[in-house]
Amino acid sequence: MTSVSDRLKTIQQNSGCALIPFITAGDPGLETTAKALQVLADNGADAIELGVPYSDPLADGPTIQAAATRALQRGVKLEDVLEIVKKFPHKTEIPIILFTYYNPIYYRGAANFLQQIKEAGVAGLVIPDLPLEESENLLQLATNIGIEVTLLVAPTSSEERIKAIAEKSQGFIYLVSVTGVTGMRTEMSNRVKDLLVELRTVTDKPIGVGFGISSPEQAKQVKAWGADAAIVGSAFVKRLAQGTTEEGLKAIGEFCKSLKEAIS
Amino acid sequence: MTTTPINSSDRTNVPDSLGRFGPYGGKYVPETLMPALAELEAAYNKYRLAPEFQAELQGLLKDYVGRANPLYFAERLTEHYARPDGTGAQIYLKREDLNHTGAHKINNALAQALLAIRMGKQRIIAETGAGQHGVATATVCARFGLECIIYMGVQDMERQKLNVFRMRLLGATVQPVTAGTGTLKDATSEAIRDWVTNVENTHYILGSVAGPHPYPMMVRDFHAIIGQETRRQCQEKFAGLPDILLACVGGGSNAMGLFHDFVKEPSVRMIGVEAAGESVLSGKHAATLTEGKPGVLHGAMSYLLQDTEGQVVEAHSISAGLDYPGVGPEHSYLKDTGRAEYYSITDKEAVAALCKLSELEGIIPALETAHAFAYLEKLCPQLEGRPRIVINCSGRGDKDVQTIAKYLGIFDL
Repeated sequence: MTSVSDRLKTIQQNSGCALIPFITAGDPGLETTAKALQVLADNGADAIELGVPYSDPLADGPTIQAAATRALQRGVKLEDVLEIVKKFPHKTEIPIILFTYYNPIYYRGAANFLQQIKEAGVAGLVIPDLPLEESENLLQLATNIGIEVTLLVAPTSSEERIKAIAEKSQGFIYLVSVTGVTGMRTEMSNRVKDLLVELRTVTDKPIGVGFGISSPEQAKQVKAWGADAAIVGSAFVKRLAQGTTEEGLKAIGEFCKSLKEAIS
Repeated sequence: MTTTPINSSDRTNVPDSLGRFGPYGGKYVPETLMPALAELEAAYNKYRLAPEFQAELQGLLKDYVGRANPLYFAERLTEHYARPDGTGAQIYLKREDLNHTGAHKINNALAQALLAIRMGKQRIIAETGAGQHGVATATVCARFGLECIIYMGVQDMERQKLNVFRMRLLGATVQPVTAGTGTLKDATSEAIRDWVTNVENTHYILGSVAGPHPYPMMVRDFHAIIGQETRRQCQEKFAGLPDILLACVGGGSNAMGLFHDFVKEPSVRMIGVEAAGESVLSGKHAATLTEGKPGVLHGAMSYLLQDTEGQVVEAHSISAGLDYPGVGPEHSYLKDTGRAEYYSITDKEAVAALCKLSELEGIIPALETAHAFAYLEKLCPQLEGRPRIVINCSGRGDKDVQTIAKYLGIFDL
């Protein structure tokens, strides 16, 4: 199975920029999520971030909050999400990264949780409310089990923090492009450009930019600034939830393709 | 009055430098907030013992808040619980309800506003459940000319209409939160999202001993004056320490404020009272410490009401201020170490206690506070001799009269 870091490094070495779409598992339904993974795979996704619905998504804006609430109302559980990953035939070449808040991990026990997602074929993990200071134990367990835990860098992070996070982050470094929660923004701040330069001086690891990218133009912009991956979430979640299932799937397929073309 | 500067280090050894109370506490927040928490901690450490900061804070606590507030001997309540042989608990009330704005909340809101000004933050946000913390924050923002946005759940806005109006009168923007059940948990999440977005010019005045480090420590220290005054007043009144401290616990700020100065006095028994809502068995309650399991909510590890998937469950209480599925991490620590005891009281018991205190002492307590008074029914029969109990009368009940009237079936208020 390809690790997240191998996948992104290959793209990085060819001077490319990977596309990582995000969708909330179970919205608008588990079957749709399974189909959506296939559609994303068919339209150029290099890795896929799958959001596990959570009751208190502190780092998420209205679009993903609403999607998580709908999924929970349908009774979506972690086991259901992992079942979808198990059945996804392309996970060997398109690694799956789970995006989940920390409490469900802690509740199950970190070692159990990591073992369970590993067995389902998950390659990476992003935990938006687990900063560097609280992540030591989990990073160690994940290294032993073979899951890559990606840490986040924010526009507010100091030089020392950026360095420390870059050193510990696995798979890639997730650069949060806005001071804020997830959601669609019309412009990319020039601050992202500076942060990419700053990060590049301290690490060779791939850098993925996310939170706020919602158009092919923005994806192209972050590629031009030196990002190794563009992560796009709310814009996919919103498209997938609109209209009928078929319309939603068609919309994310077209959108995925347009993003991929913009950064190819 | 003599003033006691805030100094926690001589009373307890928690939290450690990472904000841990044993396994509880910590900083479980998005990376964006980590620098702001470090900045806040640095500012707190710089100013908490600084003479000019203390002079301003103590001056305002005296002349603006009205401290020291009294320790009142509740004679008729004491008589009510007395045994035929004349023994029984001697009940004292620490009158936080007599503070400006009507609750203990202003101790912390005022001190944090002074910190925010020193950090150069002109925009203030806060969450509120019962509205008391929102009113306290709106009050200090008016006093210092700071922009003020209060996040409040829509259900709480309905049941605490009076406080919503007070906040608006004070010039604050009350931002309704519709997510979840529209209560304190949801308001807190939304306040944190605002802070993540506007962290560079905004200070978040968190209203309880909850949230990420340094809040549980800092809010406790800003409320520690409650216990410090109590110690001195007990000395004056009966030349000794109290035997039992009793306070309600939602997030747990008024209880920590009363307890903190006595944690290292082994003879002083400390009891926290949570909300059992309709009843613990019904599942509709907010008894986090008695029924929850350790987990992470709003930036801290602590006891938490959650389901078997690790999803946070909704709490229920007639009292908006206790209607919260989490609790401050230091309470979890005090529970596990056995230093404090925690029990729960139903809506019905709390309303009965509110009526009893109103009739016997002419004091209408807040519904939150009434939970502490209700526990006297269970506690007093167990006690021997004449133990001295200090109850934190943490807030007054004007804000709750509509809720109580509705509960008692009086609709034409």
